[in-house]
Amino acid sequence: MIEIKDLHKSYKMGSNSLHVLKGINFSVEDGELVAIMGSSGSGKSTLLNILGMLDELDEGSYTLDGVPIKNMNETKAAQYRNKFLGFVFQSFNLINYKTAAENVALPLYYQKVGRKERQEKALKYLEQVGLREWAGHLPSELSGGQKQRVAIARAMAAEPKVLLADEPTGALDSKTSYEVMDLIQKINDAGNTILIVTHEPDIAKMCKRIVHLKDGIIIEDEKITQVRAAQYVQ
Amino acid sequence: MRFIFDTNTWQEIFGSIGKNRTRTIITVIGVLWGIFIYIALSGAAKGMDNGFEEVFENVAKNSMFVWAQNTSMPYEGFRTGRPIQLKLEDATSLKNRIPEIEYIAPRNVRGVFGDAPGTIVRGQKFGSYNVYGDFPVFTKITTKKIYDGGRFINDADIEQSRKVCVIGERTEKELFEKGESPIGKFIRIDHVFFQVVGVHKFSQGGGFDSDGDIFIPFSTYRKLYNSGNNVGWFSIAAYDDADVLKVEESVKTLLKSIHKVNPEDERAFGSFNLGEVFGRVSGFAKGLTFLSLVVGIATILAGVIGIGNILLISVKERTKEIGVRRALGATPREVRAQIILESVFLTVVAGIMGIILGAGVLSIINNATQDLDFPYSNPTVPIPYVLGALAIMVVLGTLIGLIPAQRAVSIKPIDALREE
Repeated sequence: MIEIKDLHKSYKMGSNSLHVLKGINFSVEDGELVAIMGSSGSGKSTLLNILGMLDELDEGSYTLDGVPIKNMNETKAAQYRNKFLGFVFQSFNLINYKTAAENVALPLYYQKVGRKERQEKALKYLEQVGLREWAGHLPSELSGGQKQRVAIARAMAAEPKVLLADEPTGALDSKTSYEVMDLIQKINDAGNTILIVTHEPDIAKMCKRIVHLKDGIIIEDEKITQVRAAQYVQ
Repeated sequence: MRFIFDTNTWQEIFGSIGKNRTRTIITVIGVLWGIFIYIALSGAAKGMDNGFEEVFENVAKNSMFVWAQNTSMPYEGFRTGRPIQLKLEDATSLKNRIPEIEYIAPRNVRGVFGDAPGTIVRGQKFGSYNVYGDFPVFTKITTKKIYDGGRFINDADIEQSRKVCVIGERTEKELFEKGESPIGKFIRIDHVFFQVVGVHKFSQGGGFDSDGDIFIPFSTYRKLYNSGNNVGWFSIAAYDDADVLKVEESVKTLLKSIHKVNPEDERAFGSFNLGEVFGRVSGFAKGLTFLSLVVGIATILAGVIGIGNILLISVKERTKEIGVRRALGATPREVRAQIILESVFLTVVAGIMGIILGAGVLSIINNATQDLDFPYSNPTVPIPYVLGALAIMVVLGTLIGLIPAQRAVSIKPIDALREE
């Protein structure tokens, strides 16, 4: 599903350049649940941004679902993001003047899906994250965990190939964190490929594979036995 | 194009506009005020224009009056200060010698220039009214509305020196009973019985007309007042394409030569040129229209710039939202189109509201000035002007929207999302 070869990325900071990713080789199969771990500055967010086509790579190659991702213009990147990728952010990033259902329907709007179908799908995905009865509420009326579940529903609504989550539990307490992870695991069980950036070991252990980044290179890449989040959730 | 008619697009736009209502309303007021000023000003200018037109509508616009005074220079043995008397024959000479003259009406009056007005008696009622001796051609220069089935003086009246008269509204009111038709009735003008043939409706025609004026045939007048061939003054209308100032000049030159007046004498003949006055007034009205156009458009521009400004701030505020949208798959084109459409939508809504408000105010002013003696009537703004203003607003809205739209597109989604 994801194929990365010899990926380099550096940022120019005035006269000196900061080499963030120094040759990453990394691939993800269909249906995997991968945690990318590392301390801050290790390059994990940069990697996720490149995977999410939010940032461009300097060197190397990136293939997503058989499509080489390079020399993208903004329009193309936007279409690919819309078609292939779902995003979950640490700070939820829901649009605060739209209701939960409208937020979930937003990627479908950019897919040019008709209004009726959008509403139906939005409700369907809200149902999946257990928030159907909150469909008409604004984000400000939801708790943190609920917001993140809406964000996940939004990411799923476009039926992406890969779900990218940047610290999805970073702003949540551990109980809600586990609820969110439980949801992510269930989505993964349904066959979706998911990448999670986290620095919390207990969250990482709930994935099926952990990739450790340090100073821009992968120092460890291990498959683990998944800890089910459901056991922490009443 | 599909984008514009898509209900989804509009939902998005209403969503983001409705987000900050107070600000949206204040922004809209900026443009609304602009178009309001534009509509109100140009409507008022048009109203003034119409008002002036109305004042002059009863008078041929290229008409003039010429009258005689005293000479101020000696000439061919005549002394200074000699009074000049216009004669009936002068009219024929003028008409024959100056081809630009379309109509010339010799006129006489009693009661205007210091002499006693006619005493009019009917039964027990009486009054003093100005009595004019006129030719039928007079109505070609100054229209007189005759009502109640009457008529003005005609050629037969002149030929036979008939004792007929046309009376004014006020005369009718003062001499006749309410509901009584004066047509065919007799009144006494300075002890001579005259039959009333018509009643004229008073309309301001410039000069010294009043609603009590009585018109009798010129030929009857000269018999009644023993005025011979004397003429009080000439009312002259030139052809539409003639230069009235030149005609005025040639009329005076000719009169000077007929009456043996020094060609350099400026005081021997007086004249009043309605065409010139009218030209000045209508020039003023045109200037006013132009001014209101400029002021209105400048105000609209200021309002639209305000909208651009606000959208720029709103884009800045919505950096994160735009980042999210782009992460979710909004193409730069869609982001740009949305911002521009927001701008155009705000401008047009504001514009339409401004037009309605402006029209309302114009109609209120119109109603308020209806009964006043003020040259103002039927203030309208031509539809092309309104549509033009709307088109200008759409164009300006688009142009001004381009700035925030470009700003929104230049935000990289990743930077937008990073911003806390």
